Amino acid sequence: MSNLRRARERGSAFLNKPRLDAEFEAEIASHIDLATDEYVRLGMTPAEARRKALIQFGCMNTAKNQQREARGFMKLDVLLQDLRYTVRSLGRDRGFTIVAVLILALGIGANVAVFSVVNTLLLRPLPFSHPEQLVRIHQKNPKGGESSMTYSTDAMQAYQQQTHTLQQITGYFAFSTPDNVKLTGYGQPQPVTGISVAGNFFSTLGVTPVLGRNFTVEETLKNSRPVALLSYPFWKRQYNADPAIVGQTIGLNGTQTTVIGVLPDSFDFGAVFSPGAKIDLFSPAILSDMEDWGNTMALVGRLKPGITLGQAQAEADTLVPSLFFNNKHADWGKGYDANLYGLKDYVSGKLRQSLIVLWCAVGMILLIVCVNLSNLMLARAAARSKEFAMRTALGAGRARIVGQLLVESLVLSLSGALLGLGMAWTIIAWLAHQGSIALPLLSSLRIDGAALAWTLFIAVAASVLFGFAPGVRLASTNLQEALKDGGHGAGDGRGQQRLRSVLVVSEIALACVLLVGAGLMLRSFLHVLDVDLGFEPTRAAAIAVEYDDSGGVAKRGVILQQLIQRVEQIPGVETAGITDSLPMSTNRSWPIWPKGHAFVQDEYPPAFFYAVTPGYLRSIGMHLVAGRDLSWEDTNKNIGAVIINETIAHHLWPGQDPIGKLALINGGDAQVLGVVADVHETSAEKEPGWQMYVSQTAPQYGPIGANLVIRTKLPPASLASAVMGVLREINPQQPKNEFKPIQSLVDHASSPRRFFVILVAAFATLGLLLAALGIYGVISYSVTQRTQEIGVRMALGATQALVQRDIIWKTLKLALIGIVLGTIASLFVTRAIAALLFDTAPTDPAAFAGMIVLLCAVALAAGWIPARRASRINPMVALRNN
Amino acid sequence: MPSEKLDLLQGTLDVMVLKTLAAMGPMHGYGIARRIEQVSGNEVLLNQGTIYASLVRVEQHGWIASSWGTSENNRKAKFYAITEAGRRQLANETAYWERLADVMDKVMAMRRGPGEGEPA
Repeated sequence: MSNLRRARERGSAFLNKPRLDAEFEAEIASHIDLATDEYVRLGMTPAEARRKALIQFGCMNTAKNQQREARGFMKLDVLLQDLRYTVRSLGRDRGFTIVAVLILALGIGANVAVFSVVNTLLLRPLPFSHPEQLVRIHQKNPKGGESSMTYSTDAMQAYQQQTHTLQQITGYFAFSTPDNVKLTGYGQPQPVTGISVAGNFFSTLGVTPVLGRNFTVEETLKNSRPVALLSYPFWKRQYNADPAIVGQTIGLNGTQTTVIGVLPDSFDFGAVFSPGAKIDLFSPAILSDMEDWGNTMALVGRLKPGITLGQAQAEADTLVPSLFFNNKHADWGKGYDANLYGLKDYVSGKLRQSLIVLWCAVGMILLIVCVNLSNLMLARAAARSKEFAMRTALGAGRARIVGQLLVESLVLSLSGALLGLGMAWTIIAWLAHQGSIALPLLSSLRIDGAALAWTLFIAVAASVLFGFAPGVRLASTNLQEALKDGGHGAGDGRGQQRLRSVLVVSEIALACVLLVGAGLMLRSFLHVLDVDLGFEPTRAAAIAVEYDDSGGVAKRGVILQQLIQRVEQIPGVETAGITDSLPMSTNRSWPIWPKGHAFVQDEYPPAFFYAVTPGYLRSIGMHLVAGRDLSWEDTNKNIGAVIINETIAHHLWPGQDPIGKLALINGGDAQVLGVVADVHETSAEKEPGWQMYVSQTAPQYGPIGANLVIRTKLPPASLASAVMGVLREINPQQPKNEFKPIQSLVDHASSPRRFFVILVAAFATLGLLLAALGIYGVISYSVTQRTQEIGVRMALGATQALVQRDIIWKTLKLALIGIVLGTIASLFVTRAIAALLFDTAPTDPAAFAGMIVLLCAVALAAGWIPARRASRINPMVALRNN
Repeated sequence: MPSEKLDLLQGTLDVMVLKTLAAMGPMHGYGIARRIEQVSGNEVLLNQGTIYASLVRVEQHGWIASSWGTSENNRKAKFYAITEAGRRQLANETAYWERLADVMDKVMAMRRGPGEGEPA
């Protein structure tokens, strides 16, 4: 009780310091008066009595300090005092303060931004209920793209019924394309992106609509009333967040569909399942309609509580192979397998290493910043050594002085952190809206509590790091040396100079490692850009086309032929063609094997399958190496026509001419018409798989859409309206789909690598600048210190050139030591990032040589400025001033 | 008399202040200091100024209360008086000190017991 009361009293005493101090002064005065009175009464003279009273009272300051300490919070008082003093002295040294805070802000800002990315992608759980139970399920060998990762609806349902380790299995249709749905009823038909998901998709993830309700079981049955759930951003954009939309019908692809709800803002399908994709609406997959579509569903499951991933995997290893491809066609057989991954791991596991590298790079930046600050603080401390010596002489303890220096560095680094947080916030806000970067979860980037805590942590850690060395250094300076007027403390200066040199060397070494890393990443990226993709993305563009053939293949041929002819007449269009799937976007695969052979699954991997029109291969810029392109007449129902890539040709007919050979595609006959060079169908970095091209107008190969691809010499965007005009003439219902350059597909596929390259390169540049600043600071300071010496040497006949050469040599020496150390460190570090490189050895001589040249050049430049200054020293002035 | 003053245990001076005020009635800081000097034979206080840290601490606990008044020879002075809570605290402290003194007496009176020898 009384302790509580005392704490309160101390708090109020702390706040009422001036009043209580005055009262205590009065009490002391009264004490002395009372004592004096008594000694006078004992017969002393008043003066003697007063003296005796003062002696008996003891040291006035000790009494005051003891009383204050007992009364309030002395330590806090001291801290406040130090703070006030720090703010005053930093305010006086404005140049230093601004530079220091800016450097810190850059270092801390970069760290906070990267931490937020790491936190979002790696550390923070997915925004679902019990996300640790969620697993992604796909086939073991994803060689044929989505088709070889997905399952048939029959298999999905059978798995769901038979599993004992998973509470739920759900899935989504893996072959949705952007702008695949036409929203009508609002003027021009509008392209929107929809995806169908299993009825239990949202309940499995634990996502509840913010408005309305989830799908019911009835809504997943054949011939049920069509319904849709809206994504939050779409609801806001299209319907101004009007809650009344729930329950109304909207026209989707000409079908009146009831909106049954709106999903929460936190649910971003694309961010988790398909980085970069924006999904506007979700409809229930009518599984009974999809039975015969083959592998269509990407599976997600939820583990039962207490079941481990390993147990579920063990079950899947025995259960999944027993599932039929199609229940109605047991003769089609079985042959699924499954790998289970934690969903979080699946989403961002591949990025773990890149992110850790990024984190390390940015950590190195922080180290360089600390070293730089240490150097700045040392220079400042040297200038203030007399001040500190004076304070020590007056009785300030070493702890008090180091404490004050730490307060100073803490104030600096917290100010830097505040500014850095602002920078990080800007970067994060920008990044969160970069839909073109194919990184998962990017849209949920934000500065959260964890990021704030991290900011505070690194700010405090940095302040200790860069405040401690100067503090200790200063507290141990020689009092008398420092106090002597005009004494420049030569011995002390040399010690400091050495410490500063060591700091600069370590800074250069760190910058070295960063530069080599960035160089290697950059070289890898350039190699990726250099890869022959098998098609020509520049000067080509694509747009999703709608046509109404009423299901008739013959009619489809007429429409498409007419459409392509009309488009090719547009001035500027060289060629045009249509494909259902574009490279580096959606894909599907079908098996192909030579006629007359039995199908062996392991021998004939699924081949990427494209239904195209004549002219497509030329329009996308593929290279036909043998045979001929498809023609409009290649629509034989019994014997299809196919163009295969070189990989298939080599595997199926090694050493033979494949032209004219018969193959089986999904069981049907097809004759090989031509061979094309391999296309990097997934990304530039991935080796091409098996690819085949069939006619979009052949009845046996159902296309899954139509993308018109045009090749032009003009900037593609300039043709957008003319092309749209033609499409509208042919089909007035053609939605205003995006006319996108093929290059954007390639860029999207390489965007994660570009993202990391840009960041690492930015950090390396920052590191280089900071190192340059460090070199400049040290050399410049040493020139100032040695002004007199240089003056004497010049008076004795040293030429300007000699003085300059001397100082530049000194700079180079520092740089070279740093580079040697940094190169050795780089050799170790780069081995760790070897897996992230593409076509680039971790010891790539170009990266190392580039780094050495760059660092030497920067060191020279940083040394040259003070060297020039030194060579212009007027010996007369230098000698007179001292 | 030893030249060094007694090292006081934490809080001992506080008890002395309480006891003094309980025995003598309200007093000013100087009076309390003098009284403790007299009673202790000058063995306790390093100097009189030390008393004030103790006074402010005890007052913050609510065991004494202070007010400005006038001394018998017409000097303005701050007078301290013990409160009810202070008397209770003093009673607790007194009991504690008696127990401690008792134990210390016994320990100090200890002699080598029968059967115990010096270690070899």
